[in-house]
Amino acid sequence: MPSLDDLRKRITSVKSTQKITKAMKMVAAAKLRKAQENAEKGRPYSEKMNNVILNLSKSITDKENAPKLLVGTGEEKVHLCIVLTADRGLCGGFNTNIIKKAKSYFEKIISENKTLKIITVGSKGYDQLKRQYKSYIVENISFKESKNINYFDADKVGKIIIEKFEKNEFDVCAIFYNKFKNVITQIPQEQQIVPLNEDKDDKDDKDDSGNDNDYEFEPDEDEILSNLLPKNISTQIFKAMLENSASEQGSRMTAMDNATRNAGELVDRLTIEYNRSRQAAITKELIEIISGAESL
Amino acid sequence: MSNHFNIDIVNPEQSFLSKDNVFEVVIPAVEGEIGILKDHIPIISFLKPGIIRVFSESEEQSFYVEDGIVEFKDNTLSVLTSSIFDLKDADKNFVSESISSAEAELSKDNIDDQKRFLLNHKVEVLKSISIN
Repeated sequence: MPSLDDLRKRITSVKSTQKITKAMKMVAAAKLRKAQENAEKGRPYSEKMNNVILNLSKSITDKENAPKLLVGTGEEKVHLCIVLTADRGLCGGFNTNIIKKAKSYFEKIISENKTLKIITVGSKGYDQLKRQYKSYIVENISFKESKNINYFDADKVGKIIIEKFEKNEFDVCAIFYNKFKNVITQIPQEQQIVPLNEDKDDKDDKDDSGNDNDYEFEPDEDEILSNLLPKNISTQIFKAMLENSASEQGSRMTAMDNATRNAGELVDRLTIEYNRSRQAAITKELIEIISGAESL
Repeated sequence: MSNHFNIDIVNPEQSFLSKDNVFEVVIPAVEGEIGILKDHIPIISFLKPGIIRVFSESEEQSFYVEDGIVEFKDNTLSVLTSSIFDLKDADKNFVSESISSAEAELSKDNIDDQKRFLLNHKVEVLKSISIN
């Protein structure tokens, strides 16, 4: 049985923890709003980009000579996985969920005897993966310094991917990130970006597939595509980063909300225990006094 | 019939400009400037460094772009670009910085002709901005 003093100390300590988690929740909520806004603002760009590429790829007749970024190298031996995670912890299952999703993909690749290469973006992902997959990690990028998510950072990642592709270092590239659904739900996503998965895009732009437009291209399709596809990769990464940051804040907010509530419950329980033992001590003293008086 | 059409300029961070009352837009496409009027044929092209001029009844706006993709369809012109700014609030320091970085890039030996051409062009455009 802890003494009264111990209990009092615990209560104060839990209360101060509660204060911290509450503050973190508020900060996350404020950041979430901004991140959500940014994600929404960024959407038109990636959507339009997708549309243009879709229209272009429809009009490509010569599939053989189409840019490799679109149709792939024809092989599926080397998989490059880009795992996008946060730089900070204390955000519930956010990082773990991405890692879990990525790990199951990794296992599949390894069991099929294909080569796996990993690029981690964000330090948490690297921390969690380095124990098990250290030998596969080819690069670890972190944008801890940049306060806001900007296109410039995404472009850096995009350039690394393009460079590796041009050196024939991989055949298939997939990115892993959390898609922001709402504050409580974030869905870990796996998205293939090289070669471009057309089937998936079709579903997104269903309303567009109906009207066939005969575009005029200047210069020709191939040149536009080869100019556009690298940009699309950066755009996809950027989109993933935006979704990720909104998800991170959402996830942190929920986690911190839960922590605050749990701390509150703990404080209540401890207070009851404290009061009970205080009462017990008083009763004990009273009994002692009364029995002392009776014996006289 | 009005001869207006829509223009949407978006960059990755946000929608930069959206108007529905423009009657002519001049874009610096890679193979030369294109002037676009209403009911232009659907076109997809990409940009080289240059100035986009947007004409509407009341005003004329000019923007500097570095690269990007344009799509014209159903009387809507979409411009996707990652670097754009309004000439009106051009930052002198930024412009001169861009010029010097482009020139530094030019002085390297390992760039191909196409890139050299684009860079030369970029320097030219930026210089013309900084003079005005």
